[in-house]
Amino acid sequence: MRVVTLKINDQEMSGREDEDILHVAREHGIEIPTLCQLDGISEWGGCRLCLVEIEGSAKLSAACVTKVSEGMVVNTESERLSGYRKTIVEMLFTEGNHICSVCVSNNNCELQDMSSDLKIDHISLPYRYPARTVDASHDLFIFDANRCILCTRCVRVCDQVEGAHTWDIAGRGIQSQLISDLHQPWGESDSCTSCGKCVEACPTGALFEKGKAAGEMVKDPKFLVYLADMKAEKS
Amino acid sequence: MSTTEVKALPKLATVWLDGCSGCHMSLLDMDHRLLTLLEKVDLVYSPLVDQKHFPDDVDITLVEGAVSSESDLEKILMVRRHTKILVSLGDCAVTANVPSLRNPLGVNAILERVSNGGLPKQPDTVPLLCAHARPVHTVVKVDLYVPGCPPSADTIHTVLTELLAEKTPDLHGITRFGL
Repeated sequence: MRVVTLKINDQEMSGREDEDILHVAREHGIEIPTLCQLDGISEWGGCRLCLVEIEGSAKLSAACVTKVSEGMVVNTESERLSGYRKTIVEMLFTEGNHICSVCVSNNNCELQDMSSDLKIDHISLPYRYPARTVDASHDLFIFDANRCILCTRCVRVCDQVEGAHTWDIAGRGIQSQLISDLHQPWGESDSCTSCGKCVEACPTGALFEKGKAAGEMVKDPKFLVYLADMKAEKS
Repeated sequence: MSTTEVKALPKLATVWLDGCSGCHMSLLDMDHRLLTLLEKVDLVYSPLVDQKHFPDDVDITLVEGAVSSESDLEKILMVRRHTKILVSLGDCAVTANVPSLRNPLGVNAILERVSNGGLPKQPDTVPLLCAHARPVHTVVKVDLYVPGCPPSADTIHTVLTELLAEKTPDLHGITRFGL
């Protein structure tokens, strides 16, 4: 594998040519915000928080799905980027019903952390207050659609790691929603193995274990990296 | 009595809209620091003091709670008119928080469930609910946002100390949504 040299935020660095900007930046201590990205499953490029500026391109590029190349000059922080990132996170807050104080994931939530990292102290966009459902039909877990940000981490982990593909997204645009099997209650799903990987992968309180009260749901999806490594060694 | 003119202290007010009063409890949690603070500021209106009418020219008003009823709406419009620096204190004021849980359901569904149907029997004494519980800044201009459920006593102390020193408090890393 060829190694390329590039510059991120004026810092010279090198990376393998099959690596994306996000991971090369991380290896060199530069954090780029993400919500849909999760190590151990495929990249999706959906949340758009990792947008970066690449010299010579007028477009912004998602760092998680853009491979590094020789001589590339990348900028991960600017007023323009932080403006877009703030708006994206504000849109996530207004699109669903996110009430941190009573959420099972309060203080263990990537959306909440992101709002704090981006210094969002209020939401300037109009709230939508959508009528969404809570599916508590599964024996062990609950899906609260009010808190779903459609990052598809559960969809990818269920398909790529567990091999069940219970979850998917139905509808388009603002009508998009997470569904289990053919839009059946989760508890009636034939494909779900009740492994709980989707719950661990979920960045918010949308998927959680039954019996957890506010702030009690702590997730740790790091084991997915080991599973991915083991799978790669085997093949 | 001294012959030199004593400079009037800045006027502080606190207002309680649709919230659980937890933010006011957090304010009281400042404990002994309240005494030092009250040497620098005049608490002119609050659920914690016996004053019926909101004064004309308040320097700082802390607002707890969402704007949920016609009465909240009327009150916050009046408060804004008479306040220099309006602070949204806590998640209910900043995001509408717990009161906004009812928003996707609609007012009628709420009244059916909690008050056995229909509108209040005495609309003069029981304020009508607005269609949504709203954050304060969607109704009037807000000068400072202090998220947190509730913001800690330390956070409120920082906010008041900085504002009284005519500085803008930097709350990043100190408080946030939820907590």
